[in-house]
Amino acid sequence: MRIVEEFEFELLKILEDNARVEYEELSERLGTDIETIKKSIKKLEENGVILKYKTIVNWDKIQEDYVYAIINLKVSLSREKGYDDIAKRIAKFPEVHAVRLVSGEADFQVVIKGRSLKDVAFFVAEKISTIPEVRDTITHFVLRTYKEEGVTLFADEEDRRLAFVP
Amino acid sequence: MHSSRRVARKVEELKPSGIRRFFDLVIGRDDVISLGVGEPDFPVPWKIREEMIYSLEKGYTSYTSNSGLPELREGIAEYYRRFSLETSANRIIITTGASEAIDLAIRAIIDSGDRVILPEPCYVSYRPLVSLCGGEVISIPTNPEFKLTSEAIRKYADEKTKAIILNYPANPTGVSYRKKELEEIADSVIEHDLLVISDEIYAELTYDFKHVAIGSLNGMEDRVITINGFSKAFSMTGLRVGYIIAPEDILNGILKIHQYCMLCAPITSQIGAIEALKCLDEVEKARAEYLRRRNYVFKKLSEFLEIKKPEGTFYAFPNISLTNMGSEEFAEKLLFGKKVAVVPGNAFGECGEGYVRLAFAVKFEKLKEALDRMEEFVHGKG
Repeated sequence: MRIVEEFEFELLKILEDNARVEYEELSERLGTDIETIKKSIKKLEENGVILKYKTIVNWDKIQEDYVYAIINLKVSLSREKGYDDIAKRIAKFPEVHAVRLVSGEADFQVVIKGRSLKDVAFFVAEKISTIPEVRDTITHFVLRTYKEEGVTLFADEEDRRLAFVP
Repeated sequence: MHSSRRVARKVEELKPSGIRRFFDLVIGRDDVISLGVGEPDFPVPWKIREEMIYSLEKGYTSYTSNSGLPELREGIAEYYRRFSLETSANRIIITTGASEAIDLAIRAIIDSGDRVILPEPCYVSYRPLVSLCGGEVISIPTNPEFKLTSEAIRKYADEKTKAIILNYPANPTGVSYRKKELEEIADSVIEHDLLVISDEIYAELTYDFKHVAIGSLNGMEDRVITINGFSKAFSMTGLRVGYIIAPEDILNGILKIHQYCMLCAPITSQIGAIEALKCLDEVEKARAEYLRRRNYVFKKLSEFLEIKKPEGTFYAFPNISLTNMGSEEFAEKLLFGKKVAVVPGNAFGECGEGYVRLAFAVKFEKLKEALDRMEEFVHGKG
């Protein structure tokens, strides 16, 4: 059985880019009636294909200072504790924005969001480094974000076209 | 020197473009929504720009061969298969935009006194370029369907008629031709032993069926000069890169003119074009957006004007005669009254009178706002 229909695949692509597209526009773009789209979205939410709707906020614009840090973690594995166990333990902290198992020197890449440099540093020192399996952490504080979730955070190029072109 | 005539007669006799006057009215006003812009509102995909920047860093600034970079010509031969045309790199010349290609094609085949069939309304540059060669334009008015038919060709073609200039999907009307319609045209072309200059610059922006190159049809291999470019599909308008696909003898003629007047297309743009052919997914995204706008524009305009559904391009060409205004009067009053700029239809030939062209190469919200204002205008409010 197919999990999603052809048009639902298109629907997901549109919503991934902009969760607030109105039903009318979805209907125009997909050539499907609004009722069918509503039903599909409900189904996709229920079966966990659509996880959540979020907003990408440019906090810099309102001088709201959040601090993001990327932590590279090395861990030691044992028979009792594998990657999944360690990852779940870390992921449950609300301060943790993302947890990814990665290739290369580190085992995990963890993104932490906090109110201040101190907050983040203490959180890492007290909550992450103290996990028995964690062998090593390297913390990179984010100084500026230029692109987030496929969205560039700098100004668009201006329209330089002439007003009339035959 | 005949001091009384410094500018050549042929040039003096050319009519200035009807769009110029409107351009002067709008320039410097940012409260106007212009639906007069016949170029894409999408930026050139970054990969293409990046490739051009890198080429400059590496020092690719020389002339290329007259015909253009071999890799680009090979890429185009491969690319054009999507429009059913089997061709090869040695039948292709890269030009400085499709505009140069049109000029070259006309100059290569038209002698003084030759006649050229031009279905109108049509893009503004065909007629003057034929005139400059001493050719004579046989205008075929195609309204209200805006399609050239084999009957019309049979009616207008005579022994002096050498070629037809066909543009599809068409600026300014948005109409295009299905394969079957092209086959009918092809029959009458063969019957009258004509050549076809086929300007397919909007081929990628075809909505309701698949674009087929007329040069791909049976019996047309040696009769068609196919023109296309990178301006509309890849937004590379100012980079000026286009191409011609033509039968060997005609291509040799074209190459002679091209090497004397242009030498080669800009190398930076040619390098960008090679990359463009690898960015067809970006074209598909743009096409999906234009399609949405096309659907909206057609639906909305149908509510208050007569309009034929555009099958391609980003143009709509509604009939405005129910307002009892001429094209220019309509465009001017709409501009001053509602601050929406459109192009009067008569800029595209006499039979375009009674119509206006609007381009939906603007963001959806602006387009919506502009059409709302246009509706109010037609209903005489404000």
